[in-house]
Amino acid sequence: MHSDFEVATVEMLSGAEMVVRALQDEGVEYIFGYPGGSVLHIYDALFQQESVNHILVRHEQAATHAADGYARATGKPGVVMVTSGPGATNAITGLATAFMDSIPMVVLSGQVRSDWIGDDAFQETDMIGVSRPVVKHSFMVRDAKDIPEIMKKAFYIATTGRPGPVLVDIPKDQTAPNVKHPYEYPKKVKMRSYAPVSRGHSGQIRKAVEELMKAKRPVIYAGGGVVQGEGSELLTKLAHRLNFPVTNTLMGLGGFPGTDPQNVGMLGMHGTYEANMTMHNSDVILAVGARLDDRVTNNVKKFCPGAKIIHIDIDPATISKNIMAHIPIVGPVDQVLEEMLVALDEHGGEPDQKALERWWEEIAGWRKIHGMRFETNEDGPMKPQQVVQALYKATKGDAYVTSDVGQHQMFAAQYYQYDKPRRWINSGGLGTMGFGLPAAMGVQFAFPDATVACVTGEGSIQMNIQELSTCLQYGLPVKIININNQALGMVRQWQDMQYGGRHSQSYMESLPDFVALAEAYGHVGMKITRFEDLEGAMDEAFALKDRLVFMDIYVDPTEHVYPMQIADGSMRDMWLSKTERT
Amino acid sequence: MRRIISILMENEPGALSRVIGLFSQRGYNIDSLSVAPTEDTTLSRLTLTTYGDDLKIEQITKHLNKLIEVVKLVDLTEGAHIERELMLIKVKATGAQRAEVKRSVDIFRGQIVDVTSTVYTIQLTGATDKLDAFIGAIGEAQVLEVVRSGVSGISRGEKVLSL
Repeated sequence: MHSDFEVATVEMLSGAEMVVRALQDEGVEYIFGYPGGSVLHIYDALFQQESVNHILVRHEQAATHAADGYARATGKPGVVMVTSGPGATNAITGLATAFMDSIPMVVLSGQVRSDWIGDDAFQETDMIGVSRPVVKHSFMVRDAKDIPEIMKKAFYIATTGRPGPVLVDIPKDQTAPNVKHPYEYPKKVKMRSYAPVSRGHSGQIRKAVEELMKAKRPVIYAGGGVVQGEGSELLTKLAHRLNFPVTNTLMGLGGFPGTDPQNVGMLGMHGTYEANMTMHNSDVILAVGARLDDRVTNNVKKFCPGAKIIHIDIDPATISKNIMAHIPIVGPVDQVLEEMLVALDEHGGEPDQKALERWWEEIAGWRKIHGMRFETNEDGPMKPQQVVQALYKATKGDAYVTSDVGQHQMFAAQYYQYDKPRRWINSGGLGTMGFGLPAAMGVQFAFPDATVACVTGEGSIQMNIQELSTCLQYGLPVKIININNQALGMVRQWQDMQYGGRHSQSYMESLPDFVALAEAYGHVGMKITRFEDLEGAMDEAFALKDRLVFMDIYVDPTEHVYPMQIADGSMRDMWLSKTERT
Repeated sequence: MRRIISILMENEPGALSRVIGLFSQRGYNIDSLSVAPTEDTTLSRLTLTTYGDDLKIEQITKHLNKLIEVVKLVDLTEGAHIERELMLIKVKATGAQRAEVKRSVDIFRGQIVDVTSTVYTIQLTGATDKLDAFIGAIGEAQVLEVVRSGVSGISRGEKVLSL
């Protein structure tokens, strides 16, 4: 209908309604949470709308991991709502997990009413204080009128620059249903104190290109920033153009196709022999969106002695933190790589082909000496590596794989080849056991028709096993691959190698009957103890498209993850099996 | 090496705790700290002194810059600068000591701002080492109480730290 008068209508909303409206205006599909006293007004506002779907988890930690998994799989921010006190503190592990891996997340926490803050009120915690070291930023709502602006800033900060979790703490009185304020969602944010870098320095990029042209033994070392920063295609193009070997970090798997012949595999503590040898013997390292952290470098004093380091990262504080960069480039990975490709064209030169040929021959030699391998048992229990290989086969390499933390995580990183970014989802930085199942939920919500597998162990799965109930409520057909070695495998491995085999508290006594447990939660359970049954069982499980299947797979408890770097050594110092070392 | 880092930051609740938190969380030391609003009441000026080699100071300034509330910062020790600290100090002043203390105060260009029959309260401004030297001259045995403001600093010449 056409009107001759334009009437300025400013909507009047309560604080609670503004929170929900802001989520709608941000295009939020899912919010993972758990209600409680301080957030009841907001839950009431959520109830009265349909576009933001609230997912009720069974523990707040799981809400944060689910939002995190959603964010890792989609690139969009994950959103969480928890109540004050214990609800908020339960979210801390999830905040820290997302913070370490630079995952965009907005966590809304309820707080006791403003005039009770500081009085040790029921379910009061100083959440701003408790969360401070594990958030990118946090806000407390001191006036309901500020809610639209705070929400806009929270999403902006979480998703720009180096992404990370942002907390918004909301006292209950600021969401009171009867107090209405004008609502207008800001279109843009301007903050004088926050301006993430939008371009890398062109001069530095040209300098880097010169260096790459001179390289005789180059390597591209690509981290999680390539995945998070949407740089995979460009990186692949650059690597193919230059014919340089590429190694991915644990966080970077899938950033460069796992099955590409130029991929030398993961590097670092449990990296491949050839990846670590390539790094150690390189003369130029192009580090892209990687942190050069202790799980990669081993002893920093012995790190890649002959290498010049070109380091691209969006976070200036990452550059030269652990290892001095010769050519630092601060900027978004995608923009820098794009400009680098242009600079390569302008330069017109080519890398030293002869030297590269020799370099590839050397790498091929390392691959031949010690490619990824493990001993299989003829009659004994199956090996955990075989389980991951079977999973790869059953899913044709095209699943979303989440993992927990420990040996199974390393096997899933080593033996599943990720050809696309955002397919491998794990807690790399913080190493959070209990991450896998809720993260898989978040992924499955984002992609309801996709195959989602959670590779876990009998230790990790029990840290958030209550989420089997959430999976039933929402019909999430996640496939749980429980690599059951009846021990805390990675702890046990260290105890074998460094503590004279004294297995202090690493043995899991009284394991539940996981099949019965899965069935009790309304799912399908399978127990597999023999290798010859594995493949058939996998096919059967993945054929059940609309059911959650818990595959409890018994494996050799004595298996270790190899290669394993030797503490305080250089990158090339590795145990290759229980008896061989470099 | 000792550094004086001067920070302009949003004058908001919680901002200071983020700066302090950063130092403890990353294992950096704060030697002294002073903070107050500026002529623009939306901004606070914070001056802190810390120790570290170039690499460490670079990390500290990078991490400070990452804090959302930090608007701008400068390492004053990188260029010519003026630093001052204010000290209020109570010293024993009896008998012959009274004249002796008074002389030292004059030499250090301080002021006696409060007097009792046995105690002088002295105000002294200057660089940190001058204040240290004064305490040395008086003798620690004579000192009853020391209050120091922490270092404040500003660049020499036309260079300013502002928006």
